[in-house]
Formats: sequence, C-alpha cells, structure tokens
Amino acid sequence: MIEMFKEWFDARHEYAKEWKEKTGGKVLGYFCTYVPEEILYAADVLPVRILGSHEPQDVTEPYIFGMFCPFCRDCLAQGLKGRYDYLDGIMISQSCLHIRQAYTSWEMHIPVPYSYYLPMPNNVQSPRALPYLVGEMEKFKKSVEEWTGKTITDDDLNRGIEIMNRNRELMMQVYETRKGEKPPLTGLEAMYMVVSGQMMHKDDHSSTLEGTLKELDGRNADRNVGQRLMIIGSEDDDTEFINMVEGCGATLVVDDHCTGSRYFWNTVEPNGSPLEAIAQRYIDRPRCPSKDWGERSRLPHIMKLAKDYNAAGAILVQQKFCDPHELDIPAIKNELESNDIPTLFLELDVTVPIGQFKTRVEAFLEMLMEEDLF
Amino acid sequence: MADKYPTEKLKTWGEAKDIRLGYYKDFAEAHEKGGLRWAGGAWAFDAVPAGLGDDVHSLTGEPYAASIAFNKEFSDECLEATEKYGFARDLCSYMRNYWGSILLNKYNFGGEFPKPDFIWTDHICCSHAKWYQVAAELEGGVPYYCIDVAVGPHEEADENRIEYIVGQLHDGIEWMEQVTGRTYDDNKLIEAVKNEFRSTSAWAETCALNKAIPAPLDEKSMYSLYVLGTLMKHSKVVADFYEKLRDETKDRVERGIAAVPTETTRVMTDTQPPWAFLRVFRYLEQYGCVSIGSLYTFGLIGLFEVKEDGSWGPKTTPMELGTSITNRDEALTELVKWNLAKPEWQHFYSPKYKSDMMIRIAREWKLDGVLLHYNRGCEGLSLGIAENRLALQEAGYPVMIFEGNMGDEREFDEARTMGRIDAFMETLGIMKEV
Repeated sequence: MIEMFKEWFDARHEYAKEWKEKTGGKVLGYFCTYVPEEILYAADVLPVRILGSHEPQDVTEPYIFGMFCPFCRDCLAQGLKGRYDYLDGIMISQSCLHIRQAYTSWEMHIPVPYSYYLPMPNNVQSPRALPYLVGEMEKFKKSVEEWTGKTITDDDLNRGIEIMNRNRELMMQVYETRKGEKPPLTGLEAMYMVVSGQMMHKDDHSSTLEGTLKELDGRNADRNVGQRLMIIGSEDDDTEFINMVEGCGATLVVDDHCTGSRYFWNTVEPNGSPLEAIAQRYIDRPRCPSKDWGERSRLPHIMKLAKDYNAAGAILVQQKFCDPHELDIPAIKNELESNDIPTLFLELDVTVPIGQFKTRVEAFLEMLMEEDLF
Repeated sequence: MADKYPTEKLKTWGEAKDIRLGYYKDFAEAHEKGGLRWAGGAWAFDAVPAGLGDDVHSLTGEPYAASIAFNKEFSDECLEATEKYGFARDLCSYMRNYWGSILLNKYNFGGEFPKPDFIWTDHICCSHAKWYQVAAELEGGVPYYCIDVAVGPHEEADENRIEYIVGQLHDGIEWMEQVTGRTYDDNKLIEAVKNEFRSTSAWAETCALNKAIPAPLDEKSMYSLYVLGTLMKHSKVVADFYEKLRDETKDRVERGIAAVPTETTRVMTDTQPPWAFLRVFRYLEQYGCVSIGSLYTFGLIGLFEVKEDGSWGPKTTPMELGTSITNRDEALTELVKWNLAKPEWQHFYSPKYKSDMMIRIAREWKLDGVLLHYNRGCEGLSLGIAENRLALQEAGYPVMIFEGNMGDEREFDEARTMGRIDAFMETLGIMKEV
C-alpha cells in the first residue's frame, strides 16, 4: 500500500479532478499549512496544497522580483501554466512574505471564483493571539458559508476536526515507527506520505495509512540504515534530493518541515468551542520560523526530535532567499552542534545540483562515520 | 541648462541636522544622565515607551543602519562581521549592518555600541521580530517585546484586529514597568500620541505641497527630513519641527521657490535608495529632473487621506476631529487606528494597494516617469514591486527599474544605473546639460 502515496504524489492533479467529478464538490488551493483545513472539511471543500514542480521556468519573471525564494515563484508558475485549472478557490494563511506574493499574483492573473487571506497572527506566544484568531476564524467560516452556500454547524466543525485529527494521529503512528533501530520506511517514503496527504482527501489518505501501518511491522528489516539523519528547514518536497541523500548510505529518520512533521504534529484538543479548539491547535503547532518569537520554541522541539529519533547528524536545508529560515539557521546550527549533533547546511533552488550536493553529503556522512570509529 | 525658477536653501535645514545628531547623542549618553535606552524598529509604537519618562531615549534600527550604510567603509565591516557570524548575505541589509555594529561593539557616531535596556519593536515583514530577537541575544539577553501588527489592510480593519494590537500594547506597558522598575505615566503617553498625530500629518501635508510646479522639495533633501519621523515622531521637538517645515514649504510654494531650479521633468522613486549612492539624485538634476519623492518618502511615516476634492492630503488628526483622548486605552486605540492607515503598511497584503497609491501620486504630483529600485536589501518594501511596475506601465507611466541594495554597497552597480538613467531620459526625450 505504501506505493500508493507516491502514485498520489505524482498524480495530484488527476486525483483532485476525479474527486471533483465524483463528488461535485469544490476544490480550494492553499499556499501555507497554517490554513485551517478543519473548516474546509466541515464545508465539504477539498483543500489541496499548491506546491511547485521543480522545473526551470521563466513565466514568473514579470510578477515576482528575483530576490524572493524560488519556491514562491515555482508555485505561481504552476498556476500560470494552468496546472491547477480545476481550482474553485485559493487561500493563504499569513506566514511569510514570499509565498504571499505567489498568492497575490495568482489572485490577480489567474482569477478564481473565491480567494481568502487569513491574517493568522505572528505573535502566537501572546495571550492576545487566541481570541484574535478565533475572531478571524469566525469570519473565515462565514466567508466559506457564503461561498459554498452551506451553513457550517458545530457538528460539521467537529467532523472536520475528526477528519484532520485522525490523519494526524495516524501520521504520528507512522513517524513513531521511525524511532526504531530499523526504521520500516525511508525518509523518501515518509515524504511521499506527508505531501500526498496535503493534496488529497484525508479520508482516502487515512484509510491507506491504516492499511500501511499494518504492513510496516518488520518491513525493510534487511535494509542498511546507515547514518541516522534528521532534516530541518523550509518547504521541501524535493524527492530527488531526499533519494540522493538516502542513496549515499543514510536514512532520514525525522524532519522539521512544513512538508513533514510540522504539518501534522499536534492535534485539535476538543474544548467545547470547535473554533477555539481549532485556533488553539494552530497557535500551538510546531512553529514556522516567522512565528517563532519572543522565546525560541523551535530549538527545544528540534532537540527533542533529535534525541527521540536518535539522529547522528542533521541536514539544514532551505530554499534560496528564504529569509525566515535564514534567520533561524545560525541558532539551530549552534544548538545542534553544541549538543554534539553535526550539521550540513544546503541551500535549495527549484532544481537541485545533485552532483555537487552528493559530494557534500558524502563528505558529511564520512565525517559522521569517523566519529563512530573513535 | 538655464534656471527656470528661483531657488534657495531651506531655512529649517540646520535644525533638522541638529535634531538628528542630538537624537543619537542622547541615546549614547542616556545612562550617564540616569536615563533609559530602548531599541527597536522605526515602526515601533515609539509613543508608548514615552510614558516611562522624559529621559527615555531610543535607537530605531532602520535609520541607524542607513547611517551606517552611508558610511561605506564601516558598513562593509559590519556586513562582513555578520556574515562571519553565520547569517546569509541576502538578509535585510539594515539588519545586517545593525547586527554588525553590535558584533564589532562600535557605534556609528563614535564609541562603543550603547547597549539598550530593553527592546521594543513591532513586526509586519518577515524580519523585524527576528531582527531584534537576534539583537537581544547578541547583547547577552536584553529584555525583548515585539508587537504583531500584521492584521491586514486598513480598509479591512475591524474591532477584532484593532483589539489584538491594542491588547499587545496594554500587555507591553505592564511588561515595561516590570523590566524597568518604573511607574508608567498615562499623561505622558497621551501627550506623545498627540505629538505623533501632529508629526505624521504635518509631514504628509509637506509632501502634498510638493505637487506644486516647481517642486519646493527634492527627494534627496527629503531623506534628511523624513528621517526625523523615523527617530521620534512622538516627540514635541519633531512635531514642532514638522509644522515649521510645513509652513516654510508652503511659503516656498507661494513664492515659486524650486528645489531644482532647472526643473523640466518630474519623477518619483520607490523603496529606500542605495544610501551610499545618493549622488544618483544629483545626476538626475543634470537632466533638469527632480524626484518629487516616493510612496516610501511620503508614506513611511506620513499619514494621508482622500480629501473632499478627491485628492490625497494629510490625514485629519483625532484632535482636529474632536476625539477625546483621556486615558490609556483611548490613547492606545487611537494610536493603533492611526497607524493601521499608514500607506506603507498596506502593500504587505497585496501589490494592488501600492499600485493604486503610486498611480495616484503619479497623477496628482504630475509625473513624467517612475524609477523603481528593485531593492535586494528589503524584502518588505520590495514586496510586489514587479506587479507595481506592470500596473504603472498599464496606467501609462514610463518605468525604469534599477537593481540595488539600500544598505549593502557591494550590490549596487553605480555606472550601470547611471547608464540606465541616460537611456531612460532619452526615451522621455530629455537632453542632458553638457
């Protein structure tokens, strides 16, 4: 069953189109994982994440200045090329400026019937963030109701929460298996799982996850795990890169990515008010660097992951020009290295210089193996 | 090129220079006089710490870093120190100059870097909260407070969004009392808030006077004037100065006094200029071309509104509207409502807001063309700039772009930019004086 996730990953557009044809429902493209999918599921809308294609392109040159990250330009390119022509709406929840440009240019040049900007608070550590976000989610819910013509009841919201939580809990169980001495799945397989889940209906994804969990016991027992690595950084669905790293004699056992663990790490805890419970979840989730202030909550979270998953080293990887991650890299690097976890820093573009990166990854792994010797 | 208009120096010029230098001196010497120091962004709510007392001085990071950038040699030292520490070269160049000044422990105005007692800032772009998070760490753990103001465009501001910011300010005042041990004075807050309204409205009125032909002010000079609003717009000194400057500018308009006596062509720019290369503006003057300002120069601190005749003019202050401000909550609420209308805060949510404002300036200030600085040093103000270019062109305005960096002289090609200006002027049909 695990192969299904790659198939969905590769055929994301076909899946969404088929879902739409089959159900007659609306599909909404979202640009950031701070989007409260619970509310969309409550309205029977299918949320699909807009991601790039890792192909060189020049269609975005008139719209986004080249100093902004290649990921935001790659996302916009997908719209300009018509690959998401089945979308009924788009939305963004406030995170970084870069992806916001992809959203606003999309809104201007690829008109869709519905678009929504959710001003998710950045000061999530303030006690003022929760009531503010609840208010914003109320407005968003009302907007979705007007768009879909469907009243969203508390029961609907609870159903949305259940759909999302079930998927999160299953993904947590999958990740739990990676803590073992012989992880039953590779980092590449885990990436296919998480990212495909961002593009398809959670019920379909969760059903397959349940089946997959049964298959994981004893799977890959003969595979040479090699060095246990964690990967930390900005959006990363570059499967070619992950495959290369694992082909050099390593296994990525855990990550801190929005295309990885940050997406599903915490659940909505019911508290009587569904919207408040949803808002609380997005405030508490493992943070994107643009929201990780005044205290640095990412450092203890990353160190706990490193410890729990017994990581021997970490690859710090970010999209070129990604300011939020660039701002956190020195602190993360220092924290890991002062805790005896060596790091390798790599900067990604839309396309990855695989040969050059392979040399650097091999050198990093050799260094880790030397430490094992002595 | 023969002069078309009379010109004369600004009478208030020396006073502006004195206020600016006094600001940096006061910050450095605050502790010697028993005062307090805080640091933060130029968009921080600087009126709020004023409630701690008259001996509280600030260092706002952007103008400080711009001062460093103007000093190319020191700027290069700062940038290299920051890169050596491990930060990426494409981050905000103000931030990198500022961190470098801390790392080198050198103050641009002489002596060691004056460590602030606390940090008070705000966050709307991706950098500001993190800028001062790092600064606080580099300073050994300075108390740090940051207010999130990224709540969407002004036209969509509602009670929930205003209350989010006001609530953070209330919490911030309690926090300041704790970290400084001082008792907060609401009357001083109210006075500072009123001064801010006066400063930012008077600056907008001054900018609006530049619609006149000839323009009484040129943008290079305006940089030395608007900066006071980025230092301490809440102070009586700056509020009084801006009203005096407005009166002088009005007088210049009435008497037909030009900033550039050969004015034949009018343009505006965009975003911060490359501070180490302000001579670009003097180069423009060889074509009889005056830059009348920019959305940046006008709207970074200036507050505007659409007047009865449909034109852009200074925003009417709450005092002029008869709004009472009698307590802390009223002062904070009015302050937040006022700041949410800031022109330069709008385009963080969509380039269409900035395009609309730029086209308005192009029309009302009677422009012949636009020079867009694709500024690698500031992702916030360069946000959506490519879309702004398309919109301006669609509105019929010739646009020249040049790539550079406000605070990293290594990323500005002066000769190429001058060459582009030559070509742009040629397309406008303007001849250079030989």
